[in-house]
Amino acid sequence: MLRFIVQRVLLLPFLLILFSVIVFWLVQAPPGDFLTSYIANLASGGSSIGAEQVEGLKRQFGLDQPGYIQYLRWMESLANGDLGLSLEYQRPNTELIGERLVLTIALALFAFAITWLVAIPAGIYSATHQNSWLDYVLTVINYIGVATPNFMLALILMWFAFSNLGLSVTGLFSPEYIQAPWSMERVVDLLKHIWLPAIVLGIAGTARLTRVMRANLLDELNKPYVVSARAKGLSEWKLVWKYPVRLAINPLVSTIGWYLPQLFSGSLIVATVMNLPNIGPLLLRALTQQDMYLAGSILLIYCFLTIIGTLISDVLLALVDPRIRMEGV
Amino acid sequence: MTNEQMTNGKMENDAVEEVTLGAVFASKAEERVSVASNWKLVWWRFRKNKLALLSALVLIAFYVVVLVPDFFATQDPEATDAKLAFIPTQGLNLFDGTNFSPWVPAVVGKRNPVTLRMEFKIDETKKVPIRFFTEGFKYKVLGLFETNIHLIGPQDPQSADWLYLFGTDRLGRDQWSRMMYGTRTSMTVGLFSVILSVILGVLLGGISGYFGGWPDLIIQRLIELLQSLPTIPIWLAMTAALPQDWRPEQVFFAITIILAFIGWTTLGREVRGRFLSLREEDFVLAADLAGASRLRIITRHMVPAFMSHIIATSTLAIPVMIVSETSLSFLGLGIRPPAISWGVLLQEAQNIQTLALAPWLLAPGIAVIIAVLAFNLVGDGLRDAADPYGH
Repeated sequence: MLRFIVQRVLLLPFLLILFSVIVFWLVQAPPGDFLTSYIANLASGGSSIGAEQVEGLKRQFGLDQPGYIQYLRWMESLANGDLGLSLEYQRPNTELIGERLVLTIALALFAFAITWLVAIPAGIYSATHQNSWLDYVLTVINYIGVATPNFMLALILMWFAFSNLGLSVTGLFSPEYIQAPWSMERVVDLLKHIWLPAIVLGIAGTARLTRVMRANLLDELNKPYVVSARAKGLSEWKLVWKYPVRLAINPLVSTIGWYLPQLFSGSLIVATVMNLPNIGPLLLRALTQQDMYLAGSILLIYCFLTIIGTLISDVLLALVDPRIRMEGV
Repeated sequence: MTNEQMTNGKMENDAVEEVTLGAVFASKAEERVSVASNWKLVWWRFRKNKLALLSALVLIAFYVVVLVPDFFATQDPEATDAKLAFIPTQGLNLFDGTNFSPWVPAVVGKRNPVTLRMEFKIDETKKVPIRFFTEGFKYKVLGLFETNIHLIGPQDPQSADWLYLFGTDRLGRDQWSRMMYGTRTSMTVGLFSVILSVILGVLLGGISGYFGGWPDLIIQRLIELLQSLPTIPIWLAMTAALPQDWRPEQVFFAITIILAFIGWTTLGREVRGRFLSLREEDFVLAADLAGASRLRIITRHMVPAFMSHIIATSTLAIPVMIVSETSLSFLGLGIRPPAISWGVLLQEAQNIQTLALAPWLLAPGIAVIIAVLAFNLVGDGLRDAADPYGH
């Protein structure tokens, strides 16, 4: 197993280089470049810039060079741990992305924690109380939870809070903390705001996981070892928690492999709707403005997070399941 | 013999009789099952699931709208009238007193003296009579013949009182009519991209599973690569790369291809797995020994054996595509106006102030939820039914 993980980690740089080519090709694919849209924006604002100035800017950004040179320049700065310069903001991308990346990861992890904290007990209850009314209620909620797009739920919640409570539930901070440096109070303020977007982000996954947990546990509960343990007089509570639940959770761990990456990329939509200072809205703006180094860097970060998510799930699976851990030893 | 024992004995006799009768029925049923085709077995099992059956009817209704959205629309979806912005929903009443005579309450507009904006209110006292199969704007049915008959409309088409079942948006466009056209786009995007995924998935998964060796290796690495891409950001980057001057149909097909680009991988994996397990089956060996060609073995023997699974899996994939399209369009990077899809309609509801003023703008979202729910229920039903000998 250790060999497998080392193999994966060694593969990571190659995958990232491959992805960086795909990503770069994608972000410079639209016709025109940043300057065309920049000039168009200036023109719609009523001002214009001279041809020499355009040439100067072109040279400054390296936009006059062929694509592969641009790519190599980007790679060179990436290798130095520098994500390049944002064409639109005229600031280093590292600076723009920095805090937003932390908030993206925090949001995804919060949603993940909520999912597991809700889905496991709900699934266990549904399986042990099969066909009870609460089981039916949970099933209905699950189906609707899976069917509701993230942004739709966000819109409904925002509308409800705004029209009934007069609250605006957007953003991750109270106004006074938005620009403030990190402090204990700011973290507390973040915790006060992050739970709602985290629930919105995690609800579909929670619904799906509850269903998987219920089905897995139902399969286990019908097995002979459960009957014999019951016949031996083990209390129901202890019996369920000690054996079937542990076995039923194993397949769930393998879902982390697709669930974490899904949370990272899903947070983009929730962040845009709820106006969260996330890398999602930044990517959206960079894509529409053809701010290609910024867009490329963010896309590459998403790729990185996706691969890491899969890796984490592999490691966790090995940790909980000795059969996989012992493989290839 | 006590009374109790006697009744027990009698009950046993009854039980024996029931068993023999039951056995007769069972054998008849078994005979029926053993000669039934695979599709019949799937259908028998599927129709037992009432919820899935009901959802299938809902989906059929949706696709009827897809075929003739104009018939269900009450107005031209592009007709704008800024003076008629944000008219609230009119509730449709089927009965006037006890008589069947559909009507909607009239809408009255009043200018707000402070903001100078027209504000519309429902006037329950004034009734606008509604009839079915009324005349309205002209349209072509499936591009074949022209007609002006609509499912529903005001009794007097010339009257000033119009029908706004789901209210109007900020440009005074009728939301109900726009939703009918949005249904066409959104439901077909989902269907087309899944069909494309199935073709790609069956083709590449089939090659991978049947031939093995280096084609398998390449296709498997490709699937792994595509699956480790972050879907939503990559979709966004791809749709952002579409030229701005493309016509709506071009954008529509591009979106379909983009959605299928990652979507086929799950199906490809499944098809490969099925091929691997079926390759070892006796009936494939028998066909091979009987001299059937490779193509014939694949198309006549192997594909039918897992077709029902493919259909179940792809039914479950359609809602994912629909949600993806809606989300992309909602973010402004999917289907673009003037084309109408559910996501495009929901873009109008992006602003919280607008939403507080006109909550009916969320109606297309309800359509999304219903469609996705129905697809999921039908897909689950099909998946359970696809294994006819299971129980």
